[in-house]
Amino acid sequence: MTELTTSAAGQGLCSCHVCNLVSRRGPESSPAYCPRCGAFLHFRKPGSVARCWALLVAAYILYIPANLLTMMETGSLFSYRRDTIISGVIELWKTGSWVIAVIVFIASVTIPLLKLLSLTLLLISVQRRSRWHPRQRTRLYRLVEFVGRWSMLDIYVVTLLAALVQLGTIATVKAGPAALAFGAVVVLTMFASMQFDPRLIWDPLQKERTQ
Amino acid sequence: MAHYPAQLIACHDCDLLQREIPLKRGCAASCSRCGAVLYRNATDSIDRTLAYTLTAAVLFVIANMFPIFAIEVQESRSAITLAGAVRSLWDQQMQPISLLVFLTTILIPALELVTMTYLLLPLKFRRIPAGYTYILRMMQIVAPWGMIEVFMLGVLVSLVKLTSSFKVIPGVALWSFGGLTLLLAAAAASFSARDVWARLDRKPDAEVAA
Repeated sequence: MTELTTSAAGQGLCSCHVCNLVSRRGPESSPAYCPRCGAFLHFRKPGSVARCWALLVAAYILYIPANLLTMMETGSLFSYRRDTIISGVIELWKTGSWVIAVIVFIASVTIPLLKLLSLTLLLISVQRRSRWHPRQRTRLYRLVEFVGRWSMLDIYVVTLLAALVQLGTIATVKAGPAALAFGAVVVLTMFASMQFDPRLIWDPLQKERTQ
Repeated sequence: MAHYPAQLIACHDCDLLQREIPLKRGCAASCSRCGAVLYRNATDSIDRTLAYTLTAAVLFVIANMFPIFAIEVQESRSAITLAGAVRSLWDQQMQPISLLVFLTTILIPALELVTMTYLLLPLKFRRIPAGYTYILRMMQIVAPWGMIEVFMLGVLVSLVKLTSSFKVIPGVALWSFGGLTLLLAAAAASFSARDVWARLDRKPDAEVAA
């Protein structure tokens, strides 16, 4: 049995990101391809930390207009209202749809915030080569990857309502500029979490260095 | 295959090198260090995934052809299909959002269904699909962007929002999307890339070269 503290990279072995085949690979400077499926092999995702930071910072910036601007405009003969993400949730809560209010709150407020903060935490800990709770941090990463897609919920709701409720003077729903910013936040954080390489969390625990 | 180190597996989350062990049916092997699922012994993964995928493809067509729901106000009725919603948003100067919705709910799910069928149907009959390495690579890239299940939740939330002010009539596509969500989840759960590679590896190199 191989010793349980050996990483593949420490042994000069590399696992293919497409077919998972483990094969021997020379230093990272020379290109190598998977013998089974021909995918480009690398020990760690190249430029992972820098790219992840770039996407994350962009997401942080867009997160501000996403929350401050109007997500949805609802107009009729008798009333007109502009809703941001938060005011939309509050409105749902007031009208008695508590379950839906909670679902929307989780999908459009909690999840994006959780993703931004978690990725920041992961990136900083990886850059400092921290040895702090690697198992918990890996689980956090898996959680971020798993829940990320659900923040698209509000985008779909706005799309459906804005397309359906076009009844002229009786009622009209329009998507606001926050929808654009929010959509961008979701896409950027998804790309950021794809760029992050969780194996970096474990590298400080290895004796062998693989750069 | 002689040039592959036998049965070694590296955890995709922590890179721990481990030896593969045989599993009982329906069991999964997880990394001894970080707990990530490494592989599972899926029963008849190719047959089952193919069956789910083909059924999902039928429902996908229905879900895209018929209205999801309609609202009725003072004799006027307004119904909507998914493609209609995408087009309407495009006309409302929301092109990026329209494009995002189009990609995540129409194009990528369609692509996933097509590539899955293209890959598994020949494998079922012991043939090797041409260009399978590209297909598998593409499937891996597009997989996170197919969001039918999130869209389904979006449909339900919209439904609740609409019922407070309108009379809402559910359409055929509403049920189809519900079924499609379940079938895609079943297909994803039964699919095992490891079994596909095992099937591909068994072929002699000469035939694979095509």
